[in-house]
Amino acid sequence: MECDGVDVYYGDFKAVCDVSLGFGYNEITALIGPSGCGKSTLLRSLNRMNDLIPEARVEGAVTFHGQSIYAKDVDPIEVRRRIGMVFQKPNPFPKSIYDNVAYGPRVTGMKAADMDDLVEEALTRSALWDEVKDKLKQSAYGLSGGQQQRLCIARTIAVRPEVILMDEPCSALDPIATSRIEDLMAELRDDYSIIIVTHNMQQAARVADRTAFFTALADETTGDRTGLLVEYDLTNKIFSSPADERTEKYITGRFG
Amino acid sequence: MASLGSIATAPLRAEREGDKNAKSIVFLGLLWFAILFAVLALVVLLVTAFFDGRTRLDADLITQYSSTVFPERAGARAAILGSAMVIVTTAALAIPLGVAAGVYLEEFADPRRWYNKLIEVNLTNLAAVPAIVYGMLTAGVALSIGLPRRVVLAGAIALALLVLPVIIITTREAMRSVPQEIRQGSLALGATPLQTVWRQTLPSAIPGIATGSILALSRALGEAAPLLLLGGLVFVTYDPNGLMSGFTTSYRSRSSTGRHSHSWRFSRSHRQPLSCFWSCCCS
Ligand SMILES: Nc1ncnc2c1ncn2[C@@H]1O[C@H](COP(=O)(O)OP(=O)(O)OP(=O)(O)O)[C@@H](O)[C@H]1O
Ligand SMILES: [Mg+2]
Repeated sequence: MECDGVDVYYGDFKAVCDVSLGFGYNEITALIGPSGCGKSTLLRSLNRMNDLIPEARVEGAVTFHGQSIYAKDVDPIEVRRRIGMVFQKPNPFPKSIYDNVAYGPRVTGMKAADMDDLVEEALTRSALWDEVKDKLKQSAYGLSGGQQQRLCIARTIAVRPEVILMDEPCSALDPIATSRIEDLMAELRDDYSIIIVTHNMQQAARVADRTAFFTALADETTGDRTGLLVEYDLTNKIFSSPADERTEKYITGRFG
Repeated sequence: MASLGSIATAPLRAEREGDKNAKSIVFLGLLWFAILFAVLALVVLLVTAFFDGRTRLDADLITQYSSTVFPERAGARAAILGSAMVIVTTAALAIPLGVAAGVYLEEFADPRRWYNKLIEVNLTNLAAVPAIVYGMLTAGVALSIGLPRRVVLAGAIALALLVLPVIIITTREAMRSVPQEIRQGSLALGATPLQTVWRQTLPSAIPGIATGSILALSRALGEAAPLLLLGGLVFVTYDPNGLMSGFTTSYRSRSSTGRHSHSWRFSRSHRQPLSCFWSCCCS
């Protein structure tokens, strides 16, 4: 999956400017940077969730297996099925735990031989099965925040996407739930490519193979803050010997 | 570090008068008076209605037709059945249409298009149009295309037009209160917008839509003006037996001899075997 010269606008406001990076297959890529630098915006433009915001507009090329996902004949529904997304705030549906996981396969018309097995597999992979196996028919709202977030991950992997986008998936979670989700990501890496936005530098350092650092620059004339990519490299490199001094300042806590 | 207990602080005892001063008591008294007055009026109404009418509180009241010959045995049967039929037909017309329109406007319409803006403005205006205008409209249309207007269907169409804007507006309100995260979650899994509405948003909005629809229909049920204009029959001694039947509704079951003979003849000629069914069910 690649971005080439991607700009994202909200109306006249340019939120992200000229981002070019390639996301590796079966890798975890972390996007870090100060608040408001357009990480979520960029992430949403990778699976066309920006389509839901009427004034949002993407320029430049986002390609997936070499096909532009913004080409005219591309079905955004299919893009979102292949490139799943987990949101910052857990957002289970007001349904039972089972139906939450089964929803994706049902709506995308997946030919599952046995839905029960599919649900069990997704919940097992997201490390939730043991906690919920006796209450699959209960409402998902009865789960804790961490469990809900793992349920959202289970729901996403149930449709077997190729890429999972995660926007600060752990920001509402305690350290134990966070570490479970991190373990989960490490495990999912074998089958999926993961792109994660995080404010937690240690998290990026722990889980990501590559890290991209963004920052926001204010335009002199309009004062609009536009996000741009500063540095993109192996996580080790970013955290041990960053090439750009803004990266160094940010990761050592003296910036943004 | 000083423990919390040792820090001097203002006492927690209530030292202000709170609500015990004269002004508050007078105000409280006024509130009580207002509620007593409302309850009293209701009680008086119920009690007098009961005592004045208790001799007629029997099955005849709902199973008999209105009658000028034996007023002491007359009943509201035709009016009750008429009301029920009109309102059921109204609901069947207005709810699917209103909900569909509301869902379209809220979920699919692009609010920047001029025609959608036009619809918006018109909707809010339509909700404020006096009921009688819908009666005139329906009567006019029925007349000009030569269809009967003194029938259940015409009354229901007028009332459906009347409540449609309200149902659309409450549907939109209910859809809007469904959290955006639900939609995003569904779409991010590869659901189509239609699937998202059908399986997520609409089910979550149903309680709100139901409340709005019930309020709108109860307004329609109490609305006399459009039906009077359509010339709904005032005195009917038969059961409505279909959408093309003459009818009366509860608020107009008082008789006028002038209309009497006319509507009776009207009714005879339209009587159909189906009315036997109604009679069996209701008596
Ligand atoms: N729906 C929107 N409409 C208009 N502007 C938006 C919208 N969403 C985001 N923006 C703007 O785009 C810029 C980038 O926002 P974005 O949410 O991508 O930042 P972020 O890097 O994810 O920040 P955070 O780390 O706080 O989540 C911000 O200046 C924001 O005001
Ligand atoms: Mg964000």
